[in-house]
Formats: sequence, C-alpha cells, structure tokens
Amino acid sequence: MSERPQPLIVGAGPAGIRAAEALVAAGLCPLVVDEAPACGGQIYRQRLVQDGRSTKDLYGSEAGKAERLHAAFAALEGRIDYWPQALLWNLRDGVADIAVGGTSRRVAYDGLVLATGATDRVLPVPGWTLPGVFTLGGSQVALKAQGCAIGSRVVFAGSGPLLYLVAWQYMKAGVEVAAVLDAAPASAKLNLIKALPLDPGIVLRGARFVAELRLRGVVIRSGIEGLRFEGEGRVSGVIWREGGRERRLACDGVGYGLALRSETQLADLAGCAFRFNQRDRAWLPVRDAAGRASVAGVYLAGDGAGIAGADAAERAGERAALALLEDRDLAIDKARAVTLEAELARIGKLRDALETAFPFPAHWAETIDDATTLCRCEEITAGSIREAVNRLDISEINRLKAVSRVGMGRCQGRMCSAASAEVLAAATAKPLDAVGRLRAQAPVKPIPLALQLAADLPEAAANLPEAAE
Amino acid sequence: MSRHLDIDVAIIGGGLVGSSAALALRGMGFSVALLDKGFCGAQASGVNYGGVRRQGRPREQLPLSQRAHAIWPRLKELIGIDGEFLRSGHLKLARSEAEMAALEAYAEAVADQGLDLELVGHNGLRERFPWIDGSILGASLCAGDGHANPRLVSAAFASAARRAGAHVLENTPVTGLTRNGKGFALEAGEGIGLSARVVINSAGAWADRFATDFGEPVPLSRIYPSMIVTEPLAPVMTVNIGMEGGGIYARQVERGNVVVGGERGLPLDDPDFSRPRGAGALAIMNRTAEIFPALRHAQAIRFWSGTEAAMPDRNPVIGFSGTTPGLLHAFGFTGAGFQIAPGVGEVLAELVRDGRTPTPIDAFSITRFSRPPVPPENHDRTSHGSGAGPHPEPQSRGAST
Ligand SMILES: Cc1cc2nc3c(=O)[nH]c(=O)nc-3n(C[C@H](O)[C@H](O)[C@H](O)COP(=O)(O)OP(=O)(O)OC[C@H]3O[C@@H](n4cnc5c(N)ncnc54)[C@H](O)[C@@H]3O)c2cc1C
Ligand SMILES: Cc1cc2nc3c(=O)[nH]c(=O)nc-3n(C[C@H](O)[C@H](O)[C@H](O)COP(=O)(O)OP(=O)(O)OC[C@H]3O[C@@H](n4cnc5c(N)ncnc54)[C@H](O)[C@@H]3O)c2cc1C
Repeated sequence: MSERPQPLIVGAGPAGIRAAEALVAAGLCPLVVDEAPACGGQIYRQRLVQDGRSTKDLYGSEAGKAERLHAAFAALEGRIDYWPQALLWNLRDGVADIAVGGTSRRVAYDGLVLATGATDRVLPVPGWTLPGVFTLGGSQVALKAQGCAIGSRVVFAGSGPLLYLVAWQYMKAGVEVAAVLDAAPASAKLNLIKALPLDPGIVLRGARFVAELRLRGVVIRSGIEGLRFEGEGRVSGVIWREGGRERRLACDGVGYGLALRSETQLADLAGCAFRFNQRDRAWLPVRDAAGRASVAGVYLAGDGAGIAGADAAERAGERAALALLEDRDLAIDKARAVTLEAELARIGKLRDALETAFPFPAHWAETIDDATTLCRCEEITAGSIREAVNRLDISEINRLKAVSRVGMGRCQGRMCSAASAEVLAAATAKPLDAVGRLRAQAPVKPIPLALQLAADLPEAAANLPEAAE
Repeated sequence: MSRHLDIDVAIIGGGLVGSSAALALRGMGFSVALLDKGFCGAQASGVNYGGVRRQGRPREQLPLSQRAHAIWPRLKELIGIDGEFLRSGHLKLARSEAEMAALEAYAEAVADQGLDLELVGHNGLRERFPWIDGSILGASLCAGDGHANPRLVSAAFASAARRAGAHVLENTPVTGLTRNGKGFALEAGEGIGLSARVVINSAGAWADRFATDFGEPVPLSRIYPSMIVTEPLAPVMTVNIGMEGGGIYARQVERGNVVVGGERGLPLDDPDFSRPRGAGALAIMNRTAEIFPALRHAQAIRFWSGTEAAMPDRNPVIGFSGTTPGLLHAFGFTGAGFQIAPGVGEVLAELVRDGRTPTPIDAFSITRFSRPPVPPENHDRTSHGSGAGPHPEPQSRGAST
C-alpha cells in the first residue's frame, strides 16, 4: 500500500484535523501542511507564547471544542507527517510545491483534501486603510495569538456573526468597546427566529453577547450607512449616518468586516470547476454532499469551500476523508457518513438563516466614493476602476484586472477581488455572477526569488520543440 | 441574435496584429470588421513580456522591425495612450567569451540596419550598470529599444480602431469562412453573418485552421512562454535586459515591479490554456536573484503564461495566401510579435490597398512551406552569434538549426 503516494491535506484547522484523523483511523498516513506555526486554524488558533491565559479565556464557550480538537491532532503525532509553517504555493498534475524551512519541496500526492479556510471580506469605505483600522478577524487574531488589543477605545463595524463575537471578546478582555455598528437593519435580526430551531445554542449565545454588551453601556446601532473612518496618520474616529443624521464617535482602533470569503485559489489551481453561490456572493468550487470536487481525487472541506463555520468544518473534513477512502475502495462506516451529511445539511440551513440576519450590504458598492482606495496593494481607487469600465467598456473581472491592475498586487486579489467584483457589477448594472471570476495564478502567496528548490522530485519538461526560440 | 454586415475587410483575431491592421485600414477609409473569439488583446498580445526590442532579431525581420520602431513613440497620437512605452534601451548580456563573440558577430552582421548597437565591456558594465552582477563579462546595448505595457497597448489599439469606425465584435468566434464570387462569407458568434471582399487571418495560435481550410497547411505549433513578476521594488534596473544564448530576460516597470521571463509553461487539458511550471519558475527566479543582487530579497507575487504560435523557422507568416485571392495571413510570430505588430498592421493595410508594400516581407510568405526547403547557408545570414539556449527571450532568430 505504501506504493501509492500519501494523501495531502492542506490546512490544520477544524476541517483538516478531522480529515487527518479519519484517514489515520483507516490506516493511511497523510501529509498535513499549514502555514501557521500550530494547529487549530482560524477559530481555534493557538497563542504564540504561553501567557497565562486559559483556553476558557481564549475560546470562551468554544473552549471544550478547541481542547478536543487540539488533543485530537496531538494524538495523531507519529501517524501523520505534519509540516507547520509550510506554504503550499502551487499545485499541478498531482504534485504540490511547498515552501517550508527555507526551501521549496515538490510533493507527489494521491488524494488531496483542501481545507484552506477563509479570510475576512471587506468593502472599502473612506479611511479603511488608516493605521488602527483592522479587519474583524485580524482584531481577533491580535487578541488570540498575540494577546494584544488593536486600541484602547475600539469600535467594531460591519456585518456578520463575528461582529458581535469579537466585540464581546474585546469587552471580556477588558478593552473599552465604544460601539458596535451593524450594517444590517435591526429588522434583519428577526430572521434569527428561523435559525432558533436549527441551533438554539448559537442563537442564544449571540443574544447573550448583545445583552452583555448593552449592559456594559456599549453603543449598538443597526442599519448604519455612510460609514467612514477619520484620522491624521492613525484612526481617531468613526462617522456614520443613521436615520438621516450623521454621527461621530472618537476611538483609536476599529475592527471592520463584512463576514468572510473562502480561500479558493488552490481549488482553482487544482482545476476544480466553480459555480456562483448566491448566499456567499462568491464563486465556489463545485462539490458533492461528501465534498468531492469536480476533479477526481480532490476533496473540499470547511470554510474554504463555502462559509459554514467551525462545526460544519469539522464534519465536512471527516466526511471528505471518508469520501477519499470510499474512492480508494476502503471500507468506511456508511452510517457515519450519512449522519455527517445530515448534520451538514442542517448547518447549511442554519447558515441560510444567519445570512438573512446578517446580510451583506451590497448597495454600499455603488456609493463607495471615487477617491476611496479599493485595491490597497496597487493603490487603485474605486474611481479609476469606474473610469476604466466606462472608457474601455469593461464588463468582466479579469479584463478589469488587465487594464486597471486591481488584484495584481501582493495579495493577488485575496483582499480586493470581492469588492472589485461588487463595484464592477454595480457600475455595469449587472448581477454579480455576470462579471465573472478572477482566475488564480501561482504562487498563491508571495515567495522569495531566492527560494531554493529541494531535490525531491524532477518536473516534467516543458513542451520544448527542440531548442525553443 | 441574427445580424449581417457587409464590409471591405474582415479581420479574424483582435490581437495586436489584427487591431493595428484594423486601425490602419480605417485610416485608409476601408470598412472593417474586427472579430475576436474572446476579448481583443486578451491572448498573446495582452499577456506578453512587453519587450519592445529589435536587437537579436534575424536580419530579414529588421526592415519590418524598424518600421514598427518608428510607430512606438507615436502611440499617444495613434491610440490615445503611450502604453507605458519607455525607450530604456535593451542590454543583452554575455556570460562567456563565446557569448561575447556571438554578440559582436551579430552587431557586425546587422551593422547596416540602423540599430546602432554598442558593445560594452566588463569595465563599462561595472561603471554604467553596477546593479548587474560582476560575473557578467560584457553586453550589447541597443539604446533605441525599450519596453511597454502589453495589457494596455493591445486593448487600446482595438479601442482606437472602434473609435475610428471599425466594427469590433468581441466574444464572436469566426466559425465559418468560405470564398464566394465576390469575396468571402463568414459566420461568426451567434447568428452573425459577414460578407467581405478581403479577409485577414490574424488568429494567432489558432490561425493554422484558416490556412488549412484553404489548402495551405502550415507547421504551426504552440508555445507557452511563462512570466514571473515581483512585488514593487525601488528603482534598480535602468534597461530592458536580455541574455545571449537564453537564460532570463527582465525589465522593471515604472511602478517598481520586475517582470522576468525565460521559462516555458505547460498546456492544461484544454490546450488553449497553460500554466507555468513551478520548479521551472523557481530556477528562473534564482537566476534573477544571482544576476541582479539587489533583487536577492525580493518576492515573486505572480506567475502567468500565454499561448503563442511558433513556426519551425521562427519567422512569421505575413502576406497573401498562395491559394486564395483576397485572403491575407499574419500569424506565427514565435514569441516576438509584440514589437513588430504595429508595423505588420500597416503593411497589411498597404497590401489590401495596393496589393504590395515597400517593406520587404518575402521571407515570410506562406508558400515557403510548400516549396522545397532552401539550404540554410543560402539565406541564414544571422545565425552566427545566436547559439540559442534552452529558454532565451521570446524572439525570432532566423533559421538557426
Ligand atoms: C480571522 C478569522 C477569525 C475567525 N474567528 C472565528 C470565531 O471566532 N468563531 C467562529 O465560529 N468562526 C470564526 N472564523 C470562521 C472560521 O473560518 C471557521 O470557524 C473555521 O475556522 C473554519 O475551519 P476550517 O478548517 O475550514 O478553516 P481554518 O480554520 O481557516 O483553517 C485553514 C488553515 O489552512 C491553512 N492554509 C490555507 N491555505 C494554505 C496554504 N496555501 N498553504 C498552507 N496552509 C494553508 C491556514 O493557515 C489555516 O490554518 C474566523 C475566520 C477568520 C478568517
Ligand atoms: C508570455 C509571452 C511573452 C512574450 N513576450 C514578447 C516580447 O517580450 N516581445 C515581443 O515582441 N513578443 C513577445 N511575445 C509574442 C507576442 O506576444 C506575440 O507574437 C503577438 O502578441 C502575437 O499577436 P497576434 O495578434 O498574432 O496574436 P494574439 O494576440 O494571440 O491574437 C490572436 C487573436 O485571435 C483570436 N482568435 C483566434 N481564433 C479566432 C476565431 N476563430 N475567431 C475570432 N477570433 C479568433 C484570439 O482570441 C486572439 O485574441 C510573447 C508572447 C507570450 C505569450
């Protein structure tokens, strides 16, 4: 059996860990790679140094899950290969290029589980690039991993469940939370009623966050418009409109985000087919209920394949691993697979309900003023994008990239492509899916020019008709 | 959607070749339709390295290349933007005595062509280009060459043609082409029909099909040059760099990013698409960091590759069909069509109007593939000085074997 190369799992978050566990249980020895120095992924990210905080301090109500997951991964030691601080930067024809320990390794795999997770989604607003303005997730990472706050008087703004969660976590950590500014109208929260029977725990926990924030005097506003951040050299205040009136609040830190977007570049490089997903307002790799992608031997699990949260990620990781085993004609617990799929379907319904309670303010895209930076790597403003659209009659996102450089910088569109697609759709009065999908290119994140190739595996020669030109 | 157009000239393929021909033809008053299966300038013309370089071309291409050379500084008046064209100079490096001798031989062989090549020795290099590693022995400088931004230039030629009154039909593949009494009938896109007196086949890597259909098959193959770009860096490189015998080629754009080539990608399952090879790209990156020490700590942020038509003798096909009156071909630029394309457009327009052009193009006739081959020593006047290595800058080098 060791004739076949190892399965490869990308990501040691909830999805990747459960996938590894299921493969090991069936006698396989996967290679797990993750950019992070320790397992846990985003939600169960570990602190960088032991700083006296307990798991309860770090993960609150989810501490038990975090501990179980970290322990599950620790138990796999010796039965998997695990490369932390390893960036998988390219995939092709069953071989992965992985930058690890200062060299680049080429690794052949048989079976690929992509559990790459998500990053914050933002729509630019004036001042969003000021020092002191962080994404919601970034604010949480600072707290969890580094044990530091993004300011001493902090405002959280945007939409999505993370908005209230991070505000509450900051409050609990003793930071002054000046306000929570929710883009969604208050009425949207009525939709939580639909979510209640699906997962009372989550809904009640959210309600508790809001109640406790209120109790401590945190200003909570809904349906805000015209959000902007001001300051000289650093953020010093937030301005917004509410019922036609402009409001202003002083602060020295902002956490801003509009829910999450899936990290799909590796699925793209692996050749997976994509389909537009209306709920996530994003193109996502196609997968079946078990997590099989359109490409044989590729499996998709967790937030990287569509935002569904950590509980779903654990189940999807396990289910995807079972699919990999099934496809290798190995015996699996069929009943377990059915249970997992049923739970995933239930969480999917929950997500639908949560999305209506925390809707994305798509209409903001039209009102982003021309001077606001959209792509911070390449310093492209919303205005220059609209100008390119009009002057060159652009209606497709890759063409927009070619003529405007939006998405061509260091982040390769990971941060700006959602926003630029929204702006392009608004400027051309088209539905979001009609403007297309930004194609991914290797490397998925920057790699050093001097990165040396380790001598693992030779590469197929290019199609050199004799000696090239 | 069904629609019919009756025009003088139908152009299949809106790359830089087709778009510049469309613009030139409009300037002469012809009615023109420019058709592209995707977006104009989205294939080779829009994704290439951006080298605007005469140096290193085989002698037979130089008159055409000189003609294009006169067009590049006039882009602003011609298409409304300068396309970030920079007459930076093109410096071709030699790593060994043999390579230096090759550069000298080339300079001598094309001395009468007006390239004004200047050979630079080791000391001169250290003085004038101290950012190049000391292991480089010498170089040949073509001060009039430079580089430009292909993404902007190619799309802008098509837009200019549209503004000048050409029918520009994007996302409109030509699916049928037949000769009839007066000219040609074309079927394109969904239900679009065209009648044209003249047809220009400038369909790039897809052009062979239209030659085959008219009884003149060509030995066209596809190559996939691949590119690497770094994050923006402080200005270091003052010239567009090439290397004798291959290796790498590199330029720094105004924004600070360094674009590097020298690698070939591999096609995907759908051979219209390709991707760079990971290990191959790394090798080019490492070499770049060696030759330009200032880039040692730079990061690569993106790779890409493009689909290009290559001919076995590395010269393009330009001129009238050998079988079919009214049909013109212009394809097969073998990795070096960006610089000359604006000149090719003008030549094609002259061929349509006058049936001939003052620019010598005999070497590019499609009929060369149906004739018995000429022994190399009779027409290969520049192969000395061009020991093409595995991955030199996309360029044509005459019939070296
Ligand atoms: C910043 C942030 C904070 C969040 N906080 C919460 C929270 O508090 N509560 C909550 O319910 N949800 C939170 N989420 C949502 C979170 O995505 C899910 O709850 C959960 O973490 C999803 O698990 P996963 O396994 O799918 O992905 P993740 O946990 O995101 O794990 C993916 C892993 O893949 C690795 N990876 C990705 N690409 C590569 C690559 N190319 N090479 C190597 N490694 C790679 C990453 O380093 C990461 O560790 C947060 C999301 C983000 C982005
Ligand atoms: C990565 C790369 C780097 C390069 N670097 C350089 C360089 O530095 N310097 C240099 O001089 N040259 C360079 N080249 C070469 C140069 O880009 C090409 O030679 C030149 O752009 C060819 O132009 P074209 O118009 O013939 O082809 P293309 O730009 O490919 O245009 C052909 C067009 O025809 C269209 N088409 C095809 N079939 C049909 C159909 N049936 N109906 C309608 N439309 C159709 C296609 O969609 C395409 O847009 C490079 C090429 C590549 C790929």
